[in-house]
Amino acid sequence: MTTENRLTHLQQLESEAIHIFREVAAQFEQPVMMYSVGKDSSVLLHLARKAFYPGRIPFPLLHIDTTWKFQEMIAFRDRMAKQHNFELLVHTNQEAVQQGVNPFDHPRYTDIMKTDALKQALSQHGFDAAIGGARRDEEKSRAKERVFSFRDPHHRWDPKQQRPELWRIYNGAVNKRESMRVFPLSNWTELDIWEYIQAEGIEIPSLYFAKERPVVERDGSLIMVDDNRIRLAEGEQPQQRMVRFRTLGCYPLTGAMESNATTLPEIIAEMQLSRFSERQGRVIDHDAAASMEKKKIEGYF
Amino acid sequence: MSTNPNKLGLLRLLTCGSVDDGKSTLIGRLLYDSQGIYEDQLSSLTADSKKMGTQGGELDLALLVDGLQSEREQGITIDVAYRYFSTPKRKFIIADTPGHEQYTRNMATGASNSDFAIILIDASKGVQTQTRRHSFICSLLGIKQVIVAVNKMDTVGYKQDVYKGIQQDYLKLAGSLDIPDIRFVPISALLGDNVVHPSKQMPWFRGSTLLHYIETTVPQAHESNEFRFPVQRVSRPDSDFRGFEGSIVSGAVKVGDTIRVLPAGTISSVRSITTFDGELDQAVAPQAVTITLNDEVAVNRGDMLAHKDDLPRVASRVRAKLVWMHEQPLQPRNEYRVHFITKATRGMVAGLHHRIDVNTMTEQSVSTLGLNEIGLVDLQLVEPVPFDKYADNKHSGSFILIDKVSNTTVAAGMVEEALPDTGAQRAGETSQEVVWHAAAVGSQERALRYEHKPCMLWYTGLSGSGKSTIANAVDRLLFERGCRTYVLDGDNLRHGLNKDLGFSDSDRVENIRRVSEMGRLFVDAGLIVSAALISPFAEERARAKTLVGADQFIEVFIDTPIEVCEQRDPKGLYAKARAGDIPNFTGISSPYEAPAKPDVHVHTDKVNVTEAAQQIIDYLFRRRIIA
Repeated sequence: MTTENRLTHLQQLESEAIHIFREVAAQFEQPVMMYSVGKDSSVLLHLARKAFYPGRIPFPLLHIDTTWKFQEMIAFRDRMAKQHNFELLVHTNQEAVQQGVNPFDHPRYTDIMKTDALKQALSQHGFDAAIGGARRDEEKSRAKERVFSFRDPHHRWDPKQQRPELWRIYNGAVNKRESMRVFPLSNWTELDIWEYIQAEGIEIPSLYFAKERPVVERDGSLIMVDDNRIRLAEGEQPQQRMVRFRTLGCYPLTGAMESNATTLPEIIAEMQLSRFSERQGRVIDHDAAASMEKKKIEGYF
Repeated sequence: MSTNPNKLGLLRLLTCGSVDDGKSTLIGRLLYDSQGIYEDQLSSLTADSKKMGTQGGELDLALLVDGLQSEREQGITIDVAYRYFSTPKRKFIIADTPGHEQYTRNMATGASNSDFAIILIDASKGVQTQTRRHSFICSLLGIKQVIVAVNKMDTVGYKQDVYKGIQQDYLKLAGSLDIPDIRFVPISALLGDNVVHPSKQMPWFRGSTLLHYIETTVPQAHESNEFRFPVQRVSRPDSDFRGFEGSIVSGAVKVGDTIRVLPAGTISSVRSITTFDGELDQAVAPQAVTITLNDEVAVNRGDMLAHKDDLPRVASRVRAKLVWMHEQPLQPRNEYRVHFITKATRGMVAGLHHRIDVNTMTEQSVSTLGLNEIGLVDLQLVEPVPFDKYADNKHSGSFILIDKVSNTTVAAGMVEEALPDTGAQRAGETSQEVVWHAAAVGSQERALRYEHKPCMLWYTGLSGSGKSTIANAVDRLLFERGCRTYVLDGDNLRHGLNKDLGFSDSDRVENIRRVSEMGRLFVDAGLIVSAALISPFAEERARAKTLVGADQFIEVFIDTPIEVCEQRDPKGLYAKARAGDIPNFTGISSPYEAPAKPDVHVHTDKVNVTEAAQQIIDYLFRRRIIA
């Protein structure tokens, strides 16, 4: 009789993630957890609290703020930090902000405001491990990434030189300035995330639930007018539509979907019917085949 | 968290087969037919299919699976990729691994976390060498359940006799493996027959579809029910709480259970099982919990908690199967970092018994292991560590080796057994407080009593050079001094222990391996043991030295010119060899590699037997073997 089958698949995934969190805390000197305020980060935060209970989360959480996030995300982030008493670090690529880099005019916006900002923050603090909420089912190039994913001193990922990862033994050995990205949610799917949020009653930003919101339609995506920096084109008129978001990021780059799902069961039901994978809502992925692989090699999360 | 009675939980499965077998197509088909593919992935797939042109513009399901760009260009899958899909009955994690021989590493990696394997066979090709290799690796990594999917049935006209023939061939092959549950299903991944939907083309097949099998199978126990809790971290949020964080890797634990902390052997009992969701009365594998104990005992990361009556082994010397995973080959006696599940320590490979050929499953004597090679080794750790046999417990019986400079993982190990040299025992079996060194008589103790150190004198030289004569003369002198001695004579051994061996290259290697092993035991028993063997190859002698231990191994070169040997010819062998009656005769039809730096070099053309023996005795004095 196998004991593993006494637990549901969510309980098994939860145990695995907690195990990974504890390995990071035990093996590294200066770990950090990436916190992007979205649903995956919310699950990650919940698991971190579980992993170290009754202790505090033994590392800080880092938010890379592009200054273009939904306003609600920032409010939610600050409330969570207070409520759960974790150490919150916020980093923005200030130089780029001063140069006026914005999501409308700069083709390299994501590289500069997210990837570069992240590398700056990691180097500045000397973190030797950065925990992220990426999942292998999100995208093809992620399917082969390790749970403990090695980065050279330039934060680069080499898909051809990955360390073999067997059983539950995680090799966290790094030399100075090298680091590890760690993905406790590697084996979770989007459906698992939603089911877990429901089962555990995890709080997530209300942007995930359908509501009448002011949106404009651009290149087939519904963009929410979150503040007056939106740069309305001539004749472009925000309309109130019943929408929700499958992922959260910078509001001018995050497409909403029309939906009436206002509760978790409705979202899950809608998702199971859905024929679009979640990255479809992110504008950055449409570039070219294997674009994510290129971004990841450069240091994107 | 609530439980869902309709779900069978998680099934982790491995798919083995080459691209040619249609493995990626099969996974693509499973995802596609069970609707695990999203529409935008499908549209990118359609675009890719056209670009690559692999299926003549048809939808190429394999492209959905072959992830990294470079792999797609080469048309091969080089790394382990993980796929996820779920049906109303179950969630699946597929470890998709490459099948070529040079990717044994990746397949072993995928197999390490799988309960179940799908082995693909191309119906038009039948059972191949690679089928044997895949099955062997599954068995090696402890997978107990396998489905053999006979693919491409469409290319053989869906004929039942083709399927039956392959089934019989496979069962023959599997007879030598430890895979108790083997099932078969004839499929066409390309056209979808018997993958998710039953085939209309094969009415003769009465079994289930592939999906039905994996949806309903109950994973066989690989793990034991013995409670194992490798400690990950000590949690001390305040002065009142001191708990041990970890995952239960097997078995279950209840509040109040008496446990031992290994390797120390200290006894305590479980005071609480703490979780974020409240205190538990009991917990089972693979739950991650925090355990507190009733006594203030020392517990660190890397220690293991176990029930007092179901203890793991504790030893600093283990015999293990090793899968070598790095381009840089194994360097015996080089120190590596050794990581058991949570225990980080150091150690070296003190002996390499043989390599296992993954294609033929035969054992070969070698002096190192290269990338993708599998061998049986003795690992010497710097401290005693708690563990189980891999066959009993996958998680407490496995370890990895890490290069100390590059930090990369170079090998994966599976424990076969604890070795007794340093006094391993079932922890706590004989005493309340476990004392390791008292369990066996140590070699130092023996040396004290016998008043000499143990060693092995390895006499090498041509047939008829005088090895046995000199070895026996030395033995007589040592014996008369009161030393414990013995002579292993190559010819004599061939009458008994090595009776089954001939003179082929592989038999000669095996002959030497056995003599070395014997020598090692005699040395361990504290004796001065001599072996007289032609042992013509430097590599073989080096291997013997590794096995016996470099410090105890003394190479004596009996250097007699071949003309002299041939003239003596005490057994008439040279004459026969010259006549061509003995193939591979050293010195005549097979080379003799003279030792470059023997410990003792005896020139028999300059000294007689007594002088030669004295030369060796003098050397033993200098080495302080005898005093």
